[in-house]
Amino acid sequence: MLHIYCPHCAETREEEEFRPKGEAHIARPVEPEATSDEDWGNYLFFRKNPRGLHHELWYHAAGCRKFFNVTRDTVSYQIHETYKVGQKPSVTADKGAAK
Amino acid sequence: MSEIAQMDLNPRGAVKSESPLAMTRVNVVLAASARDAGVVVREKPFLGHLVLRGRAEDEAFRAGVERVLGLALPLALGPVARDEARGVSLQWMSPDEWLIVVPAGLEFDAEAALRRELTGHYAVMNTSGGQTVLELTGPKVRELLMKCTPYDVHPRAFPVGKGVSSVFAKSSAVIRRVDEERWELVIRRSFADYLYRWILDAAEEFGVFVSPSESAGSVEHRMAREAAVEGR
Ligand SMILES: [Zn+2]
Repeated sequence: MLHIYCPHCAETREEEEFRPKGEAHIARPVEPEATSDEDWGNYLFFRKNPRGLHHELWYHAAGCRKFFNVTRDTVSYQIHETYKVGQKPSVTADKGAAK
Repeated sequence: MSEIAQMDLNPRGAVKSESPLAMTRVNVVLAASARDAGVVVREKPFLGHLVLRGRAEDEAFRAGVERVLGLALPLALGPVARDEARGVSLQWMSPDEWLIVVPAGLEFDAEAALRRELTGHYAVMNTSGGQTVLELTGPKVRELLMKCTPYDVHPRAFPVGKGVSSVFAKSSAVIRRVDEERWELVIRRSFADYLYRWILDAAEEFGVFVSPSESAGSVEHRMAREAAVEGR
């Protein structure tokens, strides 16, 4: 069981209350009509799936029903931080955490 | 003789079997009285439930809600704002969502008053038909809740007054602690039947008693509504 801190509820809650929603920080192309098929396909379907630090979108399904971001190590499952949508992670692969 | 292995599905000896419809029956042994029970279950039906959405940082919004309900808008997860005498409560559900509960028949007036007082970007929805309140009282309620929800119901994490929304019996519920041994569950209509039977089944070991509702049945509800309309 993961214990996940919801930045909206300001409490650490059981994993059972949450749903993972995949990779975070995926920007929708500003002009879909002017986007190439390849770029649109990358936006819709292609994800990073890194070994190690990963920035993910999670949903507090049974609580406040808000989305937020989680920086999680996909090897150890350790959660380094959670932060609201629109904010930037403070723990990233290039700074912090030795590969 | 074929090579197929056949299994006798009727077990030999006394093994309990259940029909697929077994769970549709409430076959729980009830305590003789509320005093003998560790958990007393009572529905508070037909209350007025309103979902309020709005911007917490908007001062006019906060002031408008307070004028209508006589309760300050809670700005974070924690204590439910409550006026026990008037039967009104106001609970933080999310940074931009609150649950208002008012006495039966008063939801129409409450919604109208909010629409009169509030301006700007907000929404009010009457969800009275979609949910109901179960009150649980008794010395064993906390132990019962520990069987039902992953949320920590220890007084350290769940003091009197607090309200949260969490997983409950593989479904969900709003859990509110009204007093030391008095809790409320706000449950959805479509799960009410299942959760009610779950609670009775889970509470059986503590001794469970079902107390009649204050305004049981639709007759009293209609009378309360008519009284409210007359007073309008
Ligand atoms: Zn939350």
